[in-house]
Amino acid sequence: MKNENKKTLLQVEKAGLSINSKILVEGVSFEVREGEIVTLIGPNGSGKSTTAKIALGIHKNIMGNVKKFTNKIGYVPQKISIDWTLPIRVIDFMFLTKDLNNEQISDALNLTGVEHLKQKSLSNLSGGEFQRVLIARAIAKKPELLVLDEPVQGVDFKGEVAIYELIKKISEDLSCGILLISHDLHMVMSATDHVICLNGHVCCSGKPHIVAQDEKYKELFGDRASKVLTLYEHKHDHTHSQDGTINRKQ
Amino acid sequence: MFDDFFIRALFAGIGIALITGPFGCFIIWRRFSFFAGTLAHSALLGVTMAVFFDINIAFAVFLISAALAIILLKLQKKTKLPNDALLGLLAHASLAVGFVILGFLTSIRFDVMGLLFGDILAVNEIDLMFIWIGGALILLVLKLIWKPLFASTVNYDLAEAEGMKPDKINAIFTILMAAIIAISIKIVGLLLITGMLIIPAAMARNISNNPQQMVVLSIVGGLLSVMIGLFSSLEFNTPSGPSIITAALILFCFSLIKFKKYSELKK
Repeated sequence: MKNENKKTLLQVEKAGLSINSKILVEGVSFEVREGEIVTLIGPNGSGKSTTAKIALGIHKNIMGNVKKFTNKIGYVPQKISIDWTLPIRVIDFMFLTKDLNNEQISDALNLTGVEHLKQKSLSNLSGGEFQRVLIARAIAKKPELLVLDEPVQGVDFKGEVAIYELIKKISEDLSCGILLISHDLHMVMSATDHVICLNGHVCCSGKPHIVAQDEKYKELFGDRASKVLTLYEHKHDHTHSQDGTINRKQ
Repeated sequence: MFDDFFIRALFAGIGIALITGPFGCFIIWRRFSFFAGTLAHSALLGVTMAVFFDINIAFAVFLISAALAIILLKLQKKTKLPNDALLGLLAHASLAVGFVILGFLTSIRFDVMGLLFGDILAVNEIDLMFIWIGGALILLVLKLIWKPLFASTVNYDLAEAEGMKPDKINAIFTILMAAIIAISIKIVGLLLITGMLIIPAAMARNISNNPQQMVVLSIVGGLLSVMIGLFSSLEFNTPSGPSIITAALILFCFSLIKFKKYSELKK
């Protein structure tokens, strides 16, 4: 296998999180190796972002184990709001956690196509512009592990394609490992090495091309491509009640 | 030209302004102004403790403020009360308890007004030393933690994910706040220290578009307030602490004026 001798960057073992004794997600295990893209898919509230935050160490008191084998991490969170009390320009935001020179900042902003916004105030950016700045910030210092939580939200279609191509390119050029949360079926199918379908726990996971050959999957892929949940044809040994609790079938 | 006490007051004020400038910015960015006020209110308890046990005032105030910050953290986890209610509770409870204890200390004559509004003109060499050496240490620590502190102010998740250790940094920041209150309580008093922290930084916010600029302008605003306040208190024989804060307020009002751009004026 091509991945055998690649360095493992992130190892998640039976991880989970419960808040106020309600389980948000549990029993999630996966690995991210260098040069590999692992994608999390699942419905709203299925614990995708929570899983990413568990992997990053943002959530404390988790179940299971998370091991990180690198400190060079870039993160694009799903939601981020900059307080208007804070006067901050794009350029100030770029070296928030890393030391960068001017050239590195310009290069990264160029890659996501927002170099012209460098001196602008963050609060004046549109949703799509801000998203591009977020991605530029995460990749500027050439991370070994990149965690992208819905990286193209609010970006127009043309930009979306460009950004996904960029993500692919980054994973090849820098051979960094990427943990991606995405709704984009084309991206999931064409560039991902490993897909994990979450719904409070791992419903199923595997290589996308195996799933893609499935007759029923092809059927779905044609006219119902936008419905991410139907991306996979897989047998469930359980159902979910309204609050996400798992009911095992007998 | 000026008396020694006035020169000392000026140096004390300048020292305080250099410290409160950058910290005021962080207090505004993190919406901590009520927290700063609560710490300052607890200083009265610190002062009475210092008198009671006959220890250094700045040291006692620092201990009490730090203890209060820890109690606040515990209460936040244990109770379901909102943050501002907890802060109000602690601020006025510690102020009241401080006054009650003060009532028991009948043998000691105590300048309560000086405590509330500060007495910058009574600063001696030891106080000056406290301000400048303590202040230099505080600013040094701030410089060391600047990047992670700023990152966790902008976004906790990003800071934590990218190894900035925001919890540890926030704890250090709280301790520094207690230290600032401790060294400046004698100068501006416990009712006015929050004003010294917030008003110059608020003024700076109105006229800056990036964080470094806001910090620099906040320091400049603080220095101007101290000088204008002190000289006018000498001139008009007004209380010095409140004069400094009033000067800061006037500067803030000026910062609200939107100056027309030069190009617009030419039309």
